[in-house]
Amino acid sequence: MIELLRSLGRWGQNTFQRLGRGHLFLVQMLAGIPSSVFRFSLVIQQLFYVGVLSILIILISGLFVGMVLGLQGYNTLVDFGAEESLGVLVSLSLVRELGPVVSALLFAGRAGSALTAEIGLMKSTEQLSGMEMMAVDPMRRIIAPRFLAGLISMPLLAAIFSAVGIFGAFLVGHGLLGVDDGAFWSQMQAKTDWYEDILNGVIKSIVFGFVVTWIALFEGYDASPTSEGVGRATTRTVVHSAFAILGLDFVLTALMFGDV
Amino acid sequence: MAPLIKIRDLYFNRGDKVIFSGVDIDIYQGKVTAIMGPSGTGKTTLLKLIGGQLKPDRGTVEVDGQNVHKLSHSKLYELRKRMGMLFQSGALLTDLNVFENVAFPLREHSRLPESMIRDLVLMKLQAVGLRNARDMMPAELSGGMARRVALARAVTLDPMMIMYDEPFTGQDPISMGTLVNLIRRINDAMGLTSIIVSHDVAETTKIADEIYLLSGGKVIEKGDPDTLKTSGSEWVKQFLQGLPDGPVPFHYPGNDFKNDLLNSKETQ
Repeated sequence: MIELLRSLGRWGQNTFQRLGRGHLFLVQMLAGIPSSVFRFSLVIQQLFYVGVLSILIILISGLFVGMVLGLQGYNTLVDFGAEESLGVLVSLSLVRELGPVVSALLFAGRAGSALTAEIGLMKSTEQLSGMEMMAVDPMRRIIAPRFLAGLISMPLLAAIFSAVGIFGAFLVGHGLLGVDDGAFWSQMQAKTDWYEDILNGVIKSIVFGFVVTWIALFEGYDASPTSEGVGRATTRTVVHSAFAILGLDFVLTALMFGDV
Repeated sequence: MAPLIKIRDLYFNRGDKVIFSGVDIDIYQGKVTAIMGPSGTGKTTLLKLIGGQLKPDRGTVEVDGQNVHKLSHSKLYELRKRMGMLFQSGALLTDLNVFENVAFPLREHSRLPESMIRDLVLMKLQAVGLRNARDMMPAELSGGMARRVALARAVTLDPMMIMYDEPFTGQDPISMGTLVNLIRRINDAMGLTSIIVSHDVAETTKIADEIYLLSGGKVIEKGDPDTLKTSGSEWVKQFLQGLPDGPVPFHYPGNDFKNDLLNSKETQ
């Protein structure tokens, strides 16, 4: 019994210590941002690794999610003779929810895990320590540019996801199922609000980008410097990011669309 | 002459394990000082304490008259520009080639024109004999070459001192000889102060001016290599001659062997 309490206490202590370290890390990372704005070439390099290399997975997944949405949406709407509203259904679900959430999940799997592994390996091969001893602050040189790159990439990737998804739904809806294309686009334009829908979706994706990149970088930086440690950290990045994305999505949706 | 590095009454624990309990060390300018001791005596930790990457529990570390652990972040980084450090693994940046690795500190800390950076880097690489390996990636280098590149990088900013963490571990005889010579030559040619952390007795005694022997968190003995060789201490004799048993036991302390064999309950 005592042993159980003791291990519970130890677990609690570790969890809070990690939380504390994570937030300290965030503060140091944010403090490093001004210097990376002045050396934007570092950010651009990371934008390529974090953002551009994630485009393919976003394009393919977006297309299929949109096609499935078109198919399922049509089957439901056609019962009510409302298949012309397919465009609205697809665009609202993509722009408000699926675009930011699914692309953030994919981003965590593709770019987040890569960031964790990269930083974790840099730590275990003493590259970060070496930089510190060369009087180069790894927070400014390594962490902050990657964070900015994640923050910038995420909303762009979510936008690409939504756009491709809508196109996929159009392909299925109009090309395969014969929904009128005029109705598809005009209803979508009429019912999708710039502020209410698109801007809120963009805000969501920025928040997800912030959280996923933060988790990924922190996990790498805090990984124990062994191959097992880096492996675990990479897994934790994906799992914690998924929890954070889905949990925050509920909170943000309640705040934005809840009307409670 | 005042020492360049003055360590006083240093205490450091890692968890429950005592690493240092009251260590005093003086390191003088222009000298090659070796810190020796068995594995796990905290030699690397000592370098990290000097470089300000770790904080002591008690005591002070002064480098060039400044208390390392009382400095602000920016002052510490200024001081580190004048400290070179050679890590055991080399710690080269794996995404940059040899040339860029050596150029890294210059690019970060200076606004020198590209042609001058090129000349400086080639000079440093020439000094370690790897000018023609400048386009290779760290993964393509042997362990000895990686350490020589790291040495070139550590002296790029012309520091006042350089710290070597186990420079001889895992080297073949040729690279070992090269490194031993390089460390002494670079120290004398550039007027550096060198600190070598090592447990390789033969190589270290060849080039060190002064040796500190550490064990159990304390300085056991200090002096120049010849003094140490004639030391009457059993411990020093065991360490320098590499005897398997003596004051430092061969067996990790714990249960008696006979009891362990007879007491077979644990394994059942």
